[in-house]
Amino acid sequence: MAVTGILLVLFLIAHMLGNLKIFTGATAFNHYAGWLREIGAPLLPSTGFLWLQRVGLLVAVLLHIWAATVLALRARAARPVRYAHRKKIQGSYAARTMRWGGVIILLFVVYHILDLTTGTLNPVGDSTRPYANVVADFAPGRWYVTLFYTLAIVALGFHLRHGVFSALRSLGQQTPRGEQRARAVALVFAVALCVGYLLVPFAVLTGLVS
Amino acid sequence: MNLTLRIWRQSGPQDKGRMVTYQVDDVSPDMSFLEMLDVLNERLILDGEEPVAFDHDCREGICGMCGLMINGNAHGPQRGTTACQLHMRQFKDGDTIDIEPWRARPFPVIKDLVVDRSAFDQIIAAGGYITAPTGSAPEAHSVPVAKANADAAFESAACIGCGACVAACPNGSGLLFTAAKVTQLSLMPQGQPERYTRVIGMVDAHDEAGFGGCTNAGECTVVCPKGIPLSTIGRLNRDYLAATTKRGDTPGT
Repeated sequence: MAVTGILLVLFLIAHMLGNLKIFTGATAFNHYAGWLREIGAPLLPSTGFLWLQRVGLLVAVLLHIWAATVLALRARAARPVRYAHRKKIQGSYAARTMRWGGVIILLFVVYHILDLTTGTLNPVGDSTRPYANVVADFAPGRWYVTLFYTLAIVALGFHLRHGVFSALRSLGQQTPRGEQRARAVALVFAVALCVGYLLVPFAVLTGLVS
Repeated sequence: MNLTLRIWRQSGPQDKGRMVTYQVDDVSPDMSFLEMLDVLNERLILDGEEPVAFDHDCREGICGMCGLMINGNAHGPQRGTTACQLHMRQFKDGDTIDIEPWRARPFPVIKDLVVDRSAFDQIIAAGGYITAPTGSAPEAHSVPVAKANADAAFESAACIGCGACVAACPNGSGLLFTAAKVTQLSLMPQGQPERYTRVIGMVDAHDEAGFGGCTNAGECTVVCPKGIPLSTIGRLNRDYLAATTKRGDTPGT
């Protein structure tokens, strides 16, 4: 969980920084999107790097889901008789919503790829004009898209709130003071990533980016 | 105090079991939770009914025998307290209290609220020991121990093996117990020779017993009557990672 999670988190950071380039204007943003396709040229063919990255991410996602499924099945098997009186969560809320939160994020990723990678569900859907795709996507008339996006990002925030701490713990974080630091790092990182991702749709919604 | 109790009744391992409601009147707020159950049982015996079976021994909070899920809380609502040290003043007159046994596949119910926790013994047998000659106690200063290590080891050694961590864990994992034992022994110079075989053996025994996997949810440390910190699990993880990369038990390495 920890190793594949860290790989996905590294992608999330790069993806967020790329998204924020939208504030530098249509030309710069479209140029950046074009550059992503040409990374490694002439050693790699066009979009070669992207495909390497996609395969890597797919493997990481599948291993992440596989590990989560194993844990969930073991948890189910470990408690065949349920409690009649279930207490509300006493530890961390984020920790107890990892599984369903993960499912929400997966559904969003499927939609997100159909929307802004293949362009199937996008009103513009022109891969040479990603700026126009984004602006059309989060137009005020399509408030439900922005709402789903926001929900998915908040779910991602909760997922990272526990996930980052849990990954550090799985990889051997062991002191009580370090635990406080790891929890603080996880919280700050989750909030920063949420803000970074939500800036784009809300900038479009409020007309800052058009 | 007058209370309504809903207690899990199960006549034996094969019985399906059910929650049964009892009224208990004239409960003193100064009674311990187990004394309140004693009062109920005395009445049940006088009425010719089967008394409620529950585990207990020292009633001082140090033996680890008692363990009840009280209103969904392992050992009840008070933190850092075993069920035997919980007093009825924590409840209000007219309260309804749900009492259930620990729920985990490795902890099968023997009768009513009594579960078989010998899965913990299997984990201990797989590495929860040191090799040291028995006999008279050695001179205390012959093996120096850093104060910080002694303190952390002592903190983990406070684990009484009651099983509340398993009962509270959403995954039914017993890793807080396992980690407490690993921490206690691996921080001591006497525990070094088996340090890496211990962690592998104990985690394997833990998994084989049917406990779930840890997801660092942290419910265990909240209910632990001895306040074993969650960071012990990080220590276990680190030892486990080191053990899987070391070849310390291969002769000549």
